[in-house]
Amino acid sequence: MAGEDYRLELKDVSHVYVNEKGASLAVEKLNLTVRRGEFVSLVGPSGCGKTTILSMLAGLFPPSSGQVLLAGVPVLGPSKLVGYMLQQDFLFPWRTIRDNAAIGLEITGGKTAAALKEVDRLLTELGLPGSGTKYPHELSGGMRQRVALARMLATNPEVMLLDEPFSALDLHIKLQLEDLVDETLTRLGKTAVLVTHDLAEAVAMSDRVIVLAANPGRIVKQLEVPEEIRQVTPMEARKLPGFQDVFDQLWAELNRVEGGGGHAE
Amino acid sequence: MPNKWPKKNISLSGIQEDRVSDMKELHTQYKQKARRLTAAVGTTQAAILLLFIALWEAAGRQRWIDPLLFSYPTKLIKQLWSSMADGSIWPHIGMTVSETIIGFLLGTLVGTAIAALLWWFPFLSRVLDPYLVVLNSLPKVALGPLFIVSLGPGFTSIVAVTLSVTVIITTINIYNRFREIDAGYIKVVRLFGANRAQLFRLVILPASFPVIISALKVNVGLAWIGVIVGEFLVAKLGLGYLMIYGFQVFNFTLVLSTLIVIAVVATIMYQLVSILERKLTSGWRER
Repeated sequence: MAGEDYRLELKDVSHVYVNEKGASLAVEKLNLTVRRGEFVSLVGPSGCGKTTILSMLAGLFPPSSGQVLLAGVPVLGPSKLVGYMLQQDFLFPWRTIRDNAAIGLEITGGKTAAALKEVDRLLTELGLPGSGTKYPHELSGGMRQRVALARMLATNPEVMLLDEPFSALDLHIKLQLEDLVDETLTRLGKTAVLVTHDLAEAVAMSDRVIVLAANPGRIVKQLEVPEEIRQVTPMEARKLPGFQDVFDQLWAELNRVEGGGGHAE
Repeated sequence: MPNKWPKKNISLSGIQEDRVSDMKELHTQYKQKARRLTAAVGTTQAAILLLFIALWEAAGRQRWIDPLLFSYPTKLIKQLWSSMADGSIWPHIGMTVSETIIGFLLGTLVGTAIAALLWWFPFLSRVLDPYLVVLNSLPKVALGPLFIVSLGPGFTSIVAVTLSVTVIITTINIYNRFREIDAGYIKVVRLFGANRAQLFRLVILPASFPVIISALKVNVGLAWIGVIVGEFLVAKLGLGYLMIYGFQVFNFTLVLSTLIVIAVVATIMYQLVSILERKLTSGWRER
């Protein structure tokens, strides 16, 4: 397992949503490779298929055409190798924090005493020592999102899919969590794909930023983040002189994609 | 817990001592005011009850109302006392209470089971939807004679009447709850590869727990209707039988005293289920 190359690939992927109103093309002819240990962000206007891409990577549904590959093997359904973090924590209010974090283990059949100890260690590491027996309503929003992070990490996945996990948080908490997630994923050497609306967040956290256009969703630009920004934490990255340059490039690109509209915020 | 707050504030925060005592004073005043209000409400409630009983008693004795039809409180108490003293009321209470308990427990259980089936087989739920609507609007106690003919007069057919009253509405309420569960919770477990049984056990059922418990509470009331109507129709034992017997021999003191017994026993049962509800759902709250 250790030597396996957990890279993610999309090959000529298109997806069509069908409902009563008709069929709509969500993404068209996407080609993308995320290397092992790489952190990639997807940005773009709403309707550019960001969440569709994440769902297909997670194996929630297959693409209408094309292939989604993980380590060279087609993704046919949710797997232990892929972790997913949602915009809201969706902790179960009737479960304790420990049981919430361990739900993935329970489903995949790995809920042993040793694994539970590991969950406790994980909670402590993520800044939640001693809250294992508490219930979600006793925790603040930022704390709860940390539990959601622990829930994702507990099954020890190789690839992390982050679906705007910081967007519902206060700025202060958001910056803290960005650092925490970045530091954790870097240390574990995991592959990650982040969907976000926040351009600064995308630049500060990723190795590469991918700009998508809408109707249908497609890749219009890929931006490599300079080495010196990658190497530091997201918080420090924001202070580097090169940061604003990358941000401005991305900003201009997004404005172009949205048809020149939106000069202000 | 809240009482501990002021103490904590003294040691942890920089609030000045005199402020703290001021705040304590305000809190004490607030609590006194609340207590006074509660006492006033209780007194008024007791006064209304006493006034009603006194008026009834007077009206009956002075023959403002016909005591043969409306009886009066002291007569009712005498009737209750003698039937309790000679033990004749207890088998009736026991019968009706056991029918009711079995009725509302079974009604909730069967309703939940059907709701689970509908959730498991979406096709079935679409097929059955119009039938459920019709059955729900039908006055089910009208089916009573049918149960008596098919199940024989007695315990079984009375429980069947009770089930006919409780099951459909329980099924509809709980199934609606199953469908309302936030898609995000379902996504969380699906992303871990949960199958349908795991999804039901880990998310759907526990998330619907409060609704199931409240269905239990509603069913206590409905089961009383089913049982009393069932006993009206068929029984030789039970509080409903006692009432219908009272009607037949024109003993309205018996009818009204039985009604009081029903009110007391039904209230006790409802309170017990409420306590159970609080115990079972105390651990967690919706955000």
